[in-house]
Amino acid sequence: MTLNQLMFVLFGLMLIVFGILTVTSRRILRAAVYLLFVLVSTAGLYFMLNYQFLAAVQLTLYAGGIVVLIIFSILLTSHISQKFEPVGLKKSIFSALAAITGAIVTIVTILDFQFSATAEAAREIDMKVIGKSLLATGRDGYVLPFEVISILLIAAMIAAIVVAKKGGPKKSVSDN
Amino acid sequence: MPFDIYDFTSFTQWIDTSLRSSMSPAGAVAVEFLIVGVMILLFYAVIGLFLVYAERKVCAFMQNRLGPNRVGPFGMFQTIADLVKLLLVELVPIRNADKFLFNLAPFIVITASFMAISAIPFAKGLHAIDLNIGVLYVIAVSAMGVIGVLLAGWSSNNKYSLIGAMRSGAQIVSYELSVGLSLITIVILAGSMQLSEIVNAQSTGWFIFKGHIPAFIAFVIFLISSTAETNRGPFDLAEAESELTAGYHTEYSGIKFAFFFLAEYMNMFIVASIAATVFLGGWMPFHIGSWNGFNAIMDYLPPFIWYLLKTFFVVFLMMWFKWTFPRLRIDQLLTLEWKYLLPINMMNVLIMAFIVLMGWHF
Repeated sequence: MTLNQLMFVLFGLMLIVFGILTVTSRRILRAAVYLLFVLVSTAGLYFMLNYQFLAAVQLTLYAGGIVVLIIFSILLTSHISQKFEPVGLKKSIFSALAAITGAIVTIVTILDFQFSATAEAAREIDMKVIGKSLLATGRDGYVLPFEVISILLIAAMIAAIVVAKKGGPKKSVSDN
Repeated sequence: MPFDIYDFTSFTQWIDTSLRSSMSPAGAVAVEFLIVGVMILLFYAVIGLFLVYAERKVCAFMQNRLGPNRVGPFGMFQTIADLVKLLLVELVPIRNADKFLFNLAPFIVITASFMAISAIPFAKGLHAIDLNIGVLYVIAVSAMGVIGVLLAGWSSNNKYSLIGAMRSGAQIVSYELSVGLSLITIVILAGSMQLSEIVNAQSTGWFIFKGHIPAFIAFVIFLISSTAETNRGPFDLAEAESELTAGYHTEYSGIKFAFFFLAEYMNMFIVASIAATVFLGGWMPFHIGSWNGFNAIMDYLPPFIWYLLKTFFVVFLMMWFKWTFPRLRIDQLLTLEWKYLLPINMMNVLIMAFIVLMGWHF
């Protein structure tokens, strides 16, 4: 077994083990931490593929951003002694069914795709290529999705401000 | 053995070829991992100890005191004595804490800073991983430390810890933006995110001089926001001792507390190295235009020394902040970031892009 395969097995095992722990843990903050491990090992897989940009984005956005947000909201809402009740039999059967169906659909789709294997070493992708294609208007350009997403973000931000500001006009705050 | 203090490239290559000639490629890689890991760990510990000593001396200097002066010459071994004490202190177990997360938190904090330090170029050819997105990687990894802080605060089951963790979370999440944007300003100027290329591009002049005023503004913003991101005074609300006892690490003792303590100092060192690398030319010597004699004298100092000098200069600036400014309130902290630093930073990025577009930099 080469080092590469060893690392792949390691990351794969981490993904599977922590992925299962994320959904089975009865304590909500522990589940969030297991989720962090899943996301970090995904970033590790991207690093193995030499796709460093995606790996760093995975770390910043998911591990550094979303998990922090999740943990933050748990800190605000739940107490340390809180534990989830085990779910009932009916609920767990149906969720297992839904999960298995999803998994089957995904696996069948992946196996359906003809991956052309090459012996080429993984290439580093230049940041400039990514940047230019993100803002290109041509055939392979991504400027439209890029702008649409930014509109979505603005809408979400305005919505957050409206939600935070609800409750009528404020009385004038005394000068301090 | 080709050892050159000015260029480590041939030395590291010699290690690599001699290892590969004596064992299988996989074994050689494993041994190299081990060497790099042990070297960085040693560096980490030594610098950490030195920084604690330096902080005490600088603090004493600012307050017109002598500082540690009993253990060894000039009190140099005071931190070693403190380290031994910390190692021997009992690890107090917390009865109603979440034990798993409580024990995990210090490791997350220290792993994050350890990952960041591996991407820093120390000297020519002395660079553990040279990613082509180096700057982004460092931002990404150093942001992970906050998770450890949040976990520590929550799992201690203590209201002071929880408040400290919440403050630290709000602080780091908002100041991360400024750190990123001020580095982006220089990335525009350098045209690359690779740290080795950023250093090489500064062989004709450090970016803080090359980029005129926007680069200087970016440097100041980076200093302010990175001080906030490392939870150091005047932004140390997360451990404001007068109101929160010790903030998120109130319940920690012994070596676990030492991990937080060490990580705080090393984070300061890491942001100082990033500032030195991105703004002050990294390990590049100080050169002035066509003063060949002066430049030749400057070249006598090895790159590693240049790197350390610049980094400790920035570290000194950050200690100066800590001991001269009063601590901010949480609302002042957020106002500073969202109403001042962020708008200035965005304008600054635009101005820098314009300067690069017009070719006004040199």
